Formats: sequence, C-alpha cells, structure tokens
Amino acid sequence: MSTAAAQVHEEEDHGHHHKETFITKYIFSQDHKMISKQYLITGLFMGIIGIAMSLLFRLQLAWPEQPMGIMQVLLGKWAPDGVMDPNVYLALVTIHGTIMVFFVLTAGLSGTFSNLLIPLQIGARDMASGLLNMISYWLFFLSSIIMLASLFVEAGPAAAGWTIYPPLSALPQAQPGSGLGMTLWLVSMAIFIASSLLGSLNYIVTVLNLRTKGMTMSRLPLTIWAFFITAVIGVVSFPVLLSAALLLIMDRSFGTSFFLSDIFIQGEVLHYQGGSPVLYEHLFWFLGHPEVYIVLLPALGITSEIIATNSRKPIFGYRAMVASILAIAFLSTIVWGHHMFISGMNPFLGSVFTFTTLLIAIPSAVKAFNYITTLWKGNLQLNPAMLFSIGLVSTFISGGLTGIILGDSTLDINVHDTYFVVAHFHLVMGISALYGLFAGVYHWFPKMFKRMMNKNLGYVHFWVTAICAYGVFFPMHFIGMAGLPRRYYTNTAFPYFDDLANINVVITVFALIAGAAQLVFLYNFIHSIFYGKPTEQNPWRSNTLEWTAPIEHIHGNWEGKIPEVHRWAYDYSKPGHEEDFVPQHIPLKEGEEELQH
Amino acid sequence: MTILLTLTVLALIAIAIWQITKIFQLSQPKKVNTQVADDDDNRWNGQLMFAFLIFIYAITLFSFLKWGDVLLPDASSEHGLEYDNLMWISFAIIFFTQTITQALLHYFAYKYRGEKGKKALFYADNDRLEAIWTIIPVIALAGLILYGLYTWTDIMTVEENDDALVVELYAQQFNWKARYAGEDGVLGDSNVRFLLDFDGKNLVGIDATDPNGFDDVVVQELHLPAGREVIFKMRSQDVLHSAYMPHFKAQMNCVPGMITEFAFVPTVTTEEMRQTEDIKAKVNKINAIRRENSLALVAKGEEPLEPYIFDYLLLCNKICGASHYNMQMKIIVETPEEFEKWITNQQTFAEVIQ
Repeated sequence: MSTAAAQVHEEEDHGHHHKETFITKYIFSQDHKMISKQYLITGLFMGIIGIAMSLLFRLQLAWPEQPMGIMQVLLGKWAPDGVMDPNVYLALVTIHGTIMVFFVLTAGLSGTFSNLLIPLQIGARDMASGLLNMISYWLFFLSSIIMLASLFVEAGPAAAGWTIYPPLSALPQAQPGSGLGMTLWLVSMAIFIASSLLGSLNYIVTVLNLRTKGMTMSRLPLTIWAFFITAVIGVVSFPVLLSAALLLIMDRSFGTSFFLSDIFIQGEVLHYQGGSPVLYEHLFWFLGHPEVYIVLLPALGITSEIIATNSRKPIFGYRAMVASILAIAFLSTIVWGHHMFISGMNPFLGSVFTFTTLLIAIPSAVKAFNYITTLWKGNLQLNPAMLFSIGLVSTFISGGLTGIILGDSTLDINVHDTYFVVAHFHLVMGISALYGLFAGVYHWFPKMFKRMMNKNLGYVHFWVTAICAYGVFFPMHFIGMAGLPRRYYTNTAFPYFDDLANINVVITVFALIAGAAQLVFLYNFIHSIFYGKPTEQNPWRSNTLEWTAPIEHIHGNWEGKIPEVHRWAYDYSKPGHEEDFVPQHIPLKEGEEELQH
Repeated sequence: MTILLTLTVLALIAIAIWQITKIFQLSQPKKVNTQVADDDDNRWNGQLMFAFLIFIYAITLFSFLKWGDVLLPDASSEHGLEYDNLMWISFAIIFFTQTITQALLHYFAYKYRGEKGKKALFYADNDRLEAIWTIIPVIALAGLILYGLYTWTDIMTVEENDDALVVELYAQQFNWKARYAGEDGVLGDSNVRFLLDFDGKNLVGIDATDPNGFDDVVVQELHLPAGREVIFKMRSQDVLHSAYMPHFKAQMNCVPGMITEFAFVPTVTTEEMRQTEDIKAKVNKINAIRRENSLALVAKGEEPLEPYIFDYLLLCNKICGASHYNMQMKIIVETPEEFEKWITNQQTFAEVIQ
C-alpha cells in the first residue's frame, strides 16, 4: 500500500507533525477524506441491508403466503414454514424505510460527499473541526449498530412504519414491534440526529469561514451550495424530530400523555388523557418533509456538477439554480402539512399547505429545465456518472409531476397512503437520490480511492437499473389508483383487488433484477478499490479545486499553498481558451472578462 | 443429482463468459486510461438514451392498455365527480409535461453525444428563457391551486343539517363498527371508559347516562341511503386508523381521543353499480382469475374460492398492526326505502343493554 508515501507527505505537511498510527489513520481519523470513505462504506453496507429487505417483502407481495425457502433461511422463526409473518412484513417495511431514508440517503449521501467535497472544493485544509467530524461519524456508526441490533430482538424490530405514529408505536400491547424493538429504534435515531447535527454545523461553519482566497459565495460550485443549504435545513428541522422522539420516549416509558388519550386496548382502559397523535404528526413531518430535500438537494448538487463537467458546458442559469435551492429550502419548511390533509387537522390548514406545496413545483421546474438546457448543444461525455445524472433528471421529473396530485389536498383524499404515494416518493426522492449517490461515487471514486471504476460495468449497472426503476415504479401508480393501500401484508383479503396480482408479479421481477444489478456495482466498487486502473490527477478534466490536489491523499489536502480562485467553476468550452475547460485556479487572461452571474 | 448438474453447468457457463471477456479485453489495443468514456461509448450510450425515451413512452402506453381497467370506476358520490374532473385535468397537464420534458432530455442526450474535437456552445444564461419557464408553471399551478382549493372547501365543509344522516365510524384493531344516531338524529356521548359496561355489550362505549344514546344503533355492516347526505363522525379506540372508501373518494383518519368528520352524498346504489359495464367487466375478470386459482387449490385438496360479487369497500388505510391488511367493512348503498326498512329492524342501544 501507499502508507509509506503518505507518511513522507505527512512529514512535509505544515502544522501536522503528529505521527499517524493505524488507529488514527483508518479508524479514529479526523481527516475529512478518510471520514467520507467511512461514511460511504457504512452507508453502502446499510444500503445492502435496506435493499435486501425490500426484495424480501416484494417476494411476499408477488407470491403472498407461498412457502419460500429463502424466507426460512433469512427470517428463521419469523417465517414459519417459509411464509413471512404479517408482523415481520410490517417490521421489514419500517426498517427498510428508516435505513434507506436516514442511514443511506442522509448519512451515506450527504455524509460522504459533504465531507469529501466541502474542504476540497472550497480550498480548505480540512473541516472546521476535525474532532467533531470524527465524533459525528462514530455517532452515526453507533446508531447504525443499534438499529441493526434491533433486528435481533426477540419480538422483532420497530414495525409501526418509518413514521412511527403513536399510539401504535407507543403501546407495546398494540404490536410486538412496539416493545424493545421500538425503544432501540428511538435510541438509534436520537443518536443519529446528534450525529447529523454535529456534521451539519461543521459543514455550515466550514463553508462560511474556510473558503480559499477568491472563493466568493457566488463562485461556489453548486455542489457546495447544495451541501451548505442541506446542512442548514438539517439544523433547523432535525432537532424537532429529536423532541418528538424524546416526547414519545416519555409517553412510552414514563407514563406521560403527550400523544395519547382515551385508549382502550387488550380489554383495558389506559390512563392516558389529553394528548394528541396529531401533535406527533406535526412534529414528525416538520422534519419529515424537509428530510426529503435533505436527501434530494445533495443529489441535485452532485448532478449539477457532473452534468456541467460532462456536457463540457457551463451549468445553465447558475444564479437561478442557487435561487431555486434557496427557494426549495425555504418552502420545504412550510409544507409539512401536506402529509396530514386527512389527519383530522383543520381543513383550512389543508388549503394553506396545498398552496405552499404546489409552489415548490416552480423552483423544481426551473431546475429541471436548466438541466435540460445545459445538455443542449453540449459535447456530452457519457460516462457512467453522467448517465446516472441524466437518469436522475428523468426520475425527478417523472416522480415530481405526480407530486402535483398528492400536493393537492382534494386529490390527496383518495390516493393518500396508497401505492400511488409509494410510487411517487420512490421515484422523486428514492431513486433520484440513489442515482445521485451512484453518480457521485463513479465521479469522485478516483479522488477517494486513487483508482478508476470500470466503465463497462458502470454502463451495465446504469442501464439495467434505469429500466428496472421504471419497471418497478411505473406500474405501481396503477395499483395505487386502483385504491390499494400501502403497508398491506397481502391484498388477498380483498377479492376486489385480485386483478392486481399479476402487476405485483411484474413489479417484483423488475425489483429482483434491479437488486442483482446492484451486485455489479458492488463488485465494481470493491474490485476497483484494489485493482482499478490508477487515475490521472484530473480524469474528467474538471474545473473544481479538488482535482488540483495531489492524487495521493495528504493531511491538509495541498502541499504548499492552497490554490487561489480566480473564476467560477463552470468555464467549460469558454471562447478564447485552447482547452474546453479552465480550472478555477487559473487567473483570468489579459482582457478576459469574468462572466457576470 | 440434477441440482449438482445444474450448478456445474452454471459454473462452466460463468467460467466461459469470464474467459471470453478476458480474451476480448486482452485483444483490445491498449489505450491510456480507458475508464473515461470515448467516442464509441458516447455513441452507443447516446443511442441507448434515445431508445430509453421510447421505452418510457412504451411502458406508459403498455400500462394503460394492459392495466387501465384496474383503475377505480367513476365516483359513486356527488363530490366524487368533481374529484374525478380535477384528477383528469391534473393528469392531462402531467402527461403533457412528462412527454415533452422526457423527450427533450433524452433527445439532447442522444443528439449532443460527445465527439473528439467538437466544442460545446458556451451558453451560461438567458434571463428571458428562464422567465418563461418560471411563469408557465406559475400559471398552470395557479389554475390548479384555485380549482383544487375551491373543490377542497366544498368537500370539507360539513354543515349540520336536519336531512343529513349522522353515522359514527368506530375503528379498533382490527375491525369497524358503525353507529347510527337513531330517531333523534343525535349520537349519544361516548368514551372508551364505558366499553366495559354491560358485560362488553356496549360495543362502542356509549354513555348510558346520556338519553341521546338510547336510540343509537350499532352495526357491523354499513348501510347508506342513496341521494342523502351522510355525515361521518370517526372515532378510534386504540391506535390510528383511516376510514378509506375509495369508490366514494372519501377518506379520513380515525384518531384516538378526538372525533374527525367527513361528509358525502352517495349517488349509486350497490345494485346499480353491479350493473355498470365497468364493474361487470371487472367482476368477470376477477372471477376468471379466481377460477384459475381454484383449480390449483382443488388439485392440492383444498376448498375452491368463492365467486366474487361486487360490493363497496371500507378499508383501513393507516398502518395499525398485524391484521391491518384485513381490516374491512362492507358498505351497502340502497334506496332510502330499503334503508329505512333495514334500520328499523336493528336493535337500539336501549334494547341491547336491557
């Protein structure tokens, strides 16, 4: 390995003269590049589990209650005779959602790329606080362990849906998953939130204070804008989820009645008086909706960067792109009620939330059109990262458009909590954000691991995934429009839905193929870490600062001085320049005008 | 033995594929840093982008042709028709936008695929263009918002009136009950504390000290008169549930500790619904599937499935525990005369607790 070489650089590095041991370099590292790798690998590991769970419950949905050997192998006594237990179905759905939303698409995506790119793209030697950054990762690690541990609890993990609405989640009598499994879920999430807050504060401070000379806010790459605003949304909304979790813990363990009132269960009247589950819903969705953008904005930032680089064109409408990130961020905090149109809250509130929700379509539309215009008359380098970015724009549009239906309180009445919703949010945030994650991995792999991933395997990965993503989620809209609620163990209890059986089979087959395609990615990822082709310093001929840093990772990122910035990140194919890219640290030529943006 | 043989064959195939790719790789002329897309990659991926556009259109068309018949039939309630209208308008806008934007995206990805030596157009901004695609969504959305809010207010404004039928929907893990207000049109007070009174015969916890409750009728099957407004009052005794009546475009959560409301006018009786072409076709299709499944069951020595007859559904649509997927109640919409006849034959609360 290259430890020796790194050691030499380490010694030369200014100010960092401490000796690195294996533990400080690979485990309790304070270097943002190592922490980003730790986030990525933990995130991918959680992703494998989350996706595997979805395949298990897809099998149950396609061939309900038919004995399957795989169930018995993986679920043991939770699948007597190879048939999944209904409680386990709910648990799988719950943990799949939790893992994918928080552990993969929040920590895995934002944690990885904010950590890797913020210091490198703004020209900083590291995060503002390396220590907090390290603690943030290890809290995330701890919360992952606790979440996984909850899978081994006797009565099963949390099973109240990823939104864990009380009273179902509050009362152990209501379902087996609301016992120890739910306690572990809440503890894990509380730690996760602490991790996320430490990370976000660090990102905000670093972006505001540690930009290199010349890196004004209006010259920041769109990736950084996205990570920065994401961190702000996180700091604003995650604490509210923490308070919801704490109040729920109080209701569960200390007999308070924040969310509970007038309950009769298992032949017993409980003492709770005066609480309201609707209050919990407000608190949950005050985070829950911004969370969608915490997941999505980093993916959009990554896409902006990759589309511009690979189109060899400036991103179209930089100012509008920044403005739409800001608009989305602001609106995202005042739309949570659209998850609650039929929760029993005042219908007038529903009107207000319909209004704010549909407003979000405007900045979203601007973003989509600007991406499309960036492609126009470009010289598109269709690398795997670029394919995933284009794929993201496609699913973002397909999934985003159905938001017009769900955001409209009237139309929501009949599609609320049906498979239509499942199809909508999987396309617009699940698949889109996953594509952003993949695009980021393919694009910045050389930066992280000094080697290139195999492009042909990347192409196979993209095309199979892209076809399957539509194959899974397009038909799902129909099941929802037919009136089938989500989180149903099977639809065989309703003969009315018998004609949906074959659609469910189609969906599951596509899902299984998509799952297999991820193995191609995994193989490519692991194989390339060790045996990939060694990379050049700037393989994609990109403008941003991270590619000016040496291939070999050194503490402090650059030997000698940090490069100074003289232009924005998007001078691709600028007239008057020989090459089709002009990196940010190249001074303006004599007489060259910087684009006013 | 067959398993072993299959595994060997599979392993051999895998080795063969691996060998072929290896030979193929070695026979390729060595290029510098081949993991960056070259002109060949750009060409075939660009072409696939175009093919993918056709795939998106194809899967859309295919789904509609093949599965269009699973969608819900026309609404069986007064406001539901307005709902259907708004839905179709929204869908028209969505399909239009989807068709155009996906076409542009994928066509550009194909058309402008990279070639060595080509230079992209340096085109960073155009305020007028951006203004256009800000304003167009604003106009479209303003229309949708206004129409949507108008309909929403119309649906959600529940006005107490003497003609309306007041029905309580009562949810518990994992079944539904309905309570009719009786002669006086007023539901008696209720609370979960009263559930244990009268040896458990007080199914929905009616307060026996409130005279309004004596004529209340508690049933397990929901009967509704066509053409008369029904005001639903929803309660739950344990966890959140949601009363979902898809054919009437009606849904409202049932929340422990509070009473929620939804009102609509059912317009089509169950009998009339069974005679519509849509439902007849659907029932035939479902029965064909059930007959086929029955053959398999009989072969295994089990009971065949019963033929399906259409009924309106009330489903639980908020995760509520293990049997959430089977928490249902039959809804029967009938003529007012039939309804009156049915309700007078039910036991009132006073009769039940005697």
